Amino acid sequence: MKKLSVNRRTVLKGSTAAGVALSMPTFFHSKAYAANFTNAPTGSSVTLGFNVPQTGAYADEGGDELRAYKLAVKHINGEGDGGMLNTIKPLSLKGNGILGKKVAYVTGDTQTKSDAARASAKRMIEKDGALMITGGSSSGVAVAVQGLCQEAGVIFMAGLTHSNDTTGKDKKRNGFRHFFNAYMSGAALAPVLEKSYGKDRNAYHLTADYTWGWTQEESIKNSTEAIGWNTVNAVRTPLGAGDFSQYITPVLNSGADVLILNHYGKDMINSLTQAVQFGLRDKVVNGKDFTIVVPLYSRLMAQGAGKNVKGIYGSTNWHWSLQDAGSKAFVKSFGQEYGFPPSQAAHTCYVQTIMYADACERAGTFNPCGVVESLEGHKFDGAGNGATEYRADDHQCFKDVLVVKGNENPTSQFDILEVVEVTPRSQVEYDPKIFGGNLGACNAGKA
Amino acid sequence: MLKNFVNKRDLPVFLGFIAIVLLAPIIMAPLGAGYPDLLQKFAIFGIFAIGFNILFGLTGYLSFGHAAFLGVGSYTAVWTFKLLTVNVVPAIFLSTLMGGLFALLIGVISLRRSGIYFSILTLAFAQMAYNLAYSVLTPITNGETGLQLTLNDSRVIDNMFREVSKTSLPSTDFFGLSMSGFSGFYFCAVVLIICFYISLRIFRSPFGVMLKAVKSNQERMSYTGLNTRPYTLAAFVISGMFAGLAGGLMAVTDPLAGAERMQWTVGGEVVLMTILGGAGTLIGPVLGAVTIKYFENIFSSLNDSILNSFFSFMPEPMQHVFTAVAGLFVGEGWHLTLGALFVVIVVFLPGGLMEGIGRIGKLFRRGGDDGDKKEPAAKFATPAE
Amino acid sequence: MDVILLQLLNGLDKGGAYALIALGLTLTFGTLGIVNFAHGALFMLGAFCAVTLKSLLNLQMVVLDPIKKTAWGTPLEIKTPYVEKWFGEFGSVLLEYSVPLSILLAIPIMLLIGVAIERGLIKHFYKRPHADQILVTFGLAIVMQEIVKSIFGANPIPQPAPEIFAGSADVGAWFGMNAGAVVYPWWRMVYLGFSAIIIAGVFSFLQFTTFGMVVRAGMADRETVGLMGIDIDRRFTIVFGLAAIVAGMAGVMYTPILSPDYHMGMDFLVLSFVVVVVGGMGSLPGAVAAGFLLGILQSFASLNEVKNIFPGIDQIIIYLVAVVTLLVRPRGLMGRKGVMES
Repeated sequence: MKKLSVNRRTVLKGSTAAGVALSMPTFFHSKAYAANFTNAPTGSSVTLGFNVPQTGAYADEGGDELRAYKLAVKHINGEGDGGMLNTIKPLSLKGNGILGKKVAYVTGDTQTKSDAARASAKRMIEKDGALMITGGSSSGVAVAVQGLCQEAGVIFMAGLTHSNDTTGKDKKRNGFRHFFNAYMSGAALAPVLEKSYGKDRNAYHLTADYTWGWTQEESIKNSTEAIGWNTVNAVRTPLGAGDFSQYITPVLNSGADVLILNHYGKDMINSLTQAVQFGLRDKVVNGKDFTIVVPLYSRLMAQGAGKNVKGIYGSTNWHWSLQDAGSKAFVKSFGQEYGFPPSQAAHTCYVQTIMYADACERAGTFNPCGVVESLEGHKFDGAGNGATEYRADDHQCFKDVLVVKGNENPTSQFDILEVVEVTPRSQVEYDPKIFGGNLGACNAGKA
Repeated sequence: MLKNFVNKRDLPVFLGFIAIVLLAPIIMAPLGAGYPDLLQKFAIFGIFAIGFNILFGLTGYLSFGHAAFLGVGSYTAVWTFKLLTVNVVPAIFLSTLMGGLFALLIGVISLRRSGIYFSILTLAFAQMAYNLAYSVLTPITNGETGLQLTLNDSRVIDNMFREVSKTSLPSTDFFGLSMSGFSGFYFCAVVLIICFYISLRIFRSPFGVMLKAVKSNQERMSYTGLNTRPYTLAAFVISGMFAGLAGGLMAVTDPLAGAERMQWTVGGEVVLMTILGGAGTLIGPVLGAVTIKYFENIFSSLNDSILNSFFSFMPEPMQHVFTAVAGLFVGEGWHLTLGALFVVIVVFLPGGLMEGIGRIGKLFRRGGDDGDKKEPAAKFATPAE
Repeated sequence: MDVILLQLLNGLDKGGAYALIALGLTLTFGTLGIVNFAHGALFMLGAFCAVTLKSLLNLQMVVLDPIKKTAWGTPLEIKTPYVEKWFGEFGSVLLEYSVPLSILLAIPIMLLIGVAIERGLIKHFYKRPHADQILVTFGLAIVMQEIVKSIFGANPIPQPAPEIFAGSADVGAWFGMNAGAVVYPWWRMVYLGFSAIIIAGVFSFLQFTTFGMVVRAGMADRETVGLMGIDIDRRFTIVFGLAAIVAGMAGVMYTPILSPDYHMGMDFLVLSFVVVVVGGMGSLPGAVAAGFLLGILQSFASLNEVKNIFPGIDQIIIYLVAVVTLLVRPRGLMGRKGVMES
């Protein structure tokens, strides 16, 4: 079993590197092959690293991301029906891999832990020669791996990460994000909430007590207060608390008439289920029906909350029921391959991979600095979110954001959310300066 | 001179250990583990486990809280990089010191109890440290994201003596020697060898004998009028310093410190490493650390396409069956394999992996030396004792 | 005032849950002396008994719709559960009550699993060091978890309580307070009552039956009891099976509160150990008392008024209580001398 990963290359690389290291200490960091950037591809193939959670709470989401990555590789290599390759405009990919090299991939398990994710990414870079790392189901992991890729001189294409920090405070020149962020969630949700619930509301926040939760709380607070809502209280809850009852009971008599749950994944499922059990949605406060809002929805995770999501507003990056050509093409090839529709995590990962490949093709090189240059400010359409741009100032994608609502009459287990509104890009845009941070210089790694 | 340095009986073990550690990149390459990051992890968790073994292996006190010291070491090291210099010497010194200090603090309280009560006390302290580091202590720890170097760190000493780049982050170094890649591994390897040596000397010292006596019968020890607590506390602090050092090295090879390093699962991991390898043996803990890290990094990376090519010599239908079956145990199923391994090892090799090695050694020696046969297997499981 | 009452009620409810989860562990850990890291996994398996029953009841007849298509072009599937097809109304009721019904499934299954684990593995570990027990039970827990994951996936699976327990009760109104001031979910009160019954049942079983007496004697001095010609091994097997059943039932009933996933056992493992140790090794009343103590303190520590004075207190309260208790009372609240101290 252990011999599985033996191949000539690893043996050669390991032993030559070690030989060099042993005999000539001054040449410690010289690579065994000559190239002008990290992991420059020499053979007929190019390796990408797919770093997703395979164990732990987000394993299913990670599994869906991995399925999307495999599909993207197939399409880039010219196999299958091509999916979004037929709908994204402009696109330079020819269906023969990237720059004529066939795409190969390696996978790893992040365990949704920064340390494990970095170890896994380092393996891909140091051992497998990956040129680009992508994936993730949490902002902490995304920021950690993005930092690593910057230092190592490879490109990082973020997967599912929603914190403002990823392309704000902690942005890096070598990292790009297609997924939307907490600020956009707030900006997109507020008008819809105003329309459905009015201007005179008292909101109570329950917030996961870590970086992502705080940025989301701040963003949602700002945008709801801008429409005239009052924030009664914002309470921090420990990550993975399981039972949230002790945080829900104080909501009952607080005078609040809206509960905003800044939770994701398991926390979201549990806090929502329990809040509904406490009868919050049956309450009438200040003459208004009590409501619950979940700013960041994930369809995959929302399944765990069952019927409780019905009628609850939130935002999402993408949803499989969209009817534009790009979404339809993607849902079709994903559905035919795996038998169920893709999640938003799968969608963002798929698009990120295609856009990376396209950027290399357009730049005519795999050199990270060339790729960065061709991705910065790149505009494209036909990937499911309308006109999209990788903004040069912070490497955040700007595009339409979806406001969704728990479906009252789902027709299948996948039909949990219905799209209420597609908020146009102009409404969710912001000045890149508000989150601080510094992209720094691009890093192509060691020569 | 060598005689004073290492006991004659231990010399082959010690030299063998040095040789294996230094040649690790070549030995590990055929197993797919010959790349710097994993080799660094082997060495660092080896240090962590060696330190843990000084407490657990010798005194029998089972701490579930050593992750706290690992985390403290990492945070200290990263803060040293941020405030003073990216040279690793002060960071390593300070992280060992802080690990020791925290261990002293927690040890003084926890060692008032023994047995399972001691374990729960250490676990409680580590979990408190983790929960606070993850949330309210974010200004110090940077919470979930983890503490990283930034361009506007002060780095007082570096700014005095070096040109400092304004656009790219500095990388950690040992007087110019980069701490990433193979040079980083060799740095860790040298530290590992030093730690192994310290542990060897402790095992052989009167202090070590005293600790073992605590393990075998604490009550009798106290009847002799001897207060055992200073000894156990010393062992606790030493193992805390090893953990702090390991945490510091983690930050040296990869300047990021995250709160999850303090979670009980990490503290549990070092317990498992030590027991899996063989608690109370000199080499066992390192072996356990290597085994667990190997599973975590290599088994988890095997996916269907790799399996398919591995089984490609078979006819197609068989290839698919084998891939499907093997797929359950690697990739996303690597946890299953690890769990099953724990059960199998502990059932069949009560002394951990070292007992397995001892038994194999016994097989080879059979017939050659009659004297060996009479010795119990446990003797081989602890070749250095 | 409402807030205090609500948190007190909440603390009682939490305490009942903690005590019930820790009860099974007290039996194996405090009684048999086995450090059972697989206890959380047994709790998880219990919860998945509920999931299994529900999916069995939900086995569906699949008919392909001749006209309609899915978004990816394959024919739409129309599903009807067989039970509803066969039994009509009664089938729907079965589905509705799947969670409480699962207890009937959980008891034999958990007994089987418990006995199998004890006979196959734990039996050989009574005399091994605690460290070995930890390694083997931890490995076992991982194996059980991964098997569940490979069958049911990693995502939580919703298990709603029956509709009549779905909402919450206006507890305040019963005591003449304003309507809606103190409300509490029905299912949580069911869980509290259930905990009380199970705890009382296990307690009286050990206290008032001959079987229980022998087990307690075996705990105190195993060899002497063996010499008296009593088959203590068989009784230990039954105790382990009993512990598995209690853990499993706690898991089944907890599913409407916490959608079960394969990892839930690990999340409860540390908590249940803390409860047992704070209560004192080998003491059932101790575990129950510790469960309520921790539940109530945790509820009050989560109040904003308290959090404003001590930031982050709700995150560490459980561990803080454990440290203070163990320092003030060396063997927990009601622990006996000599149990698990070496």
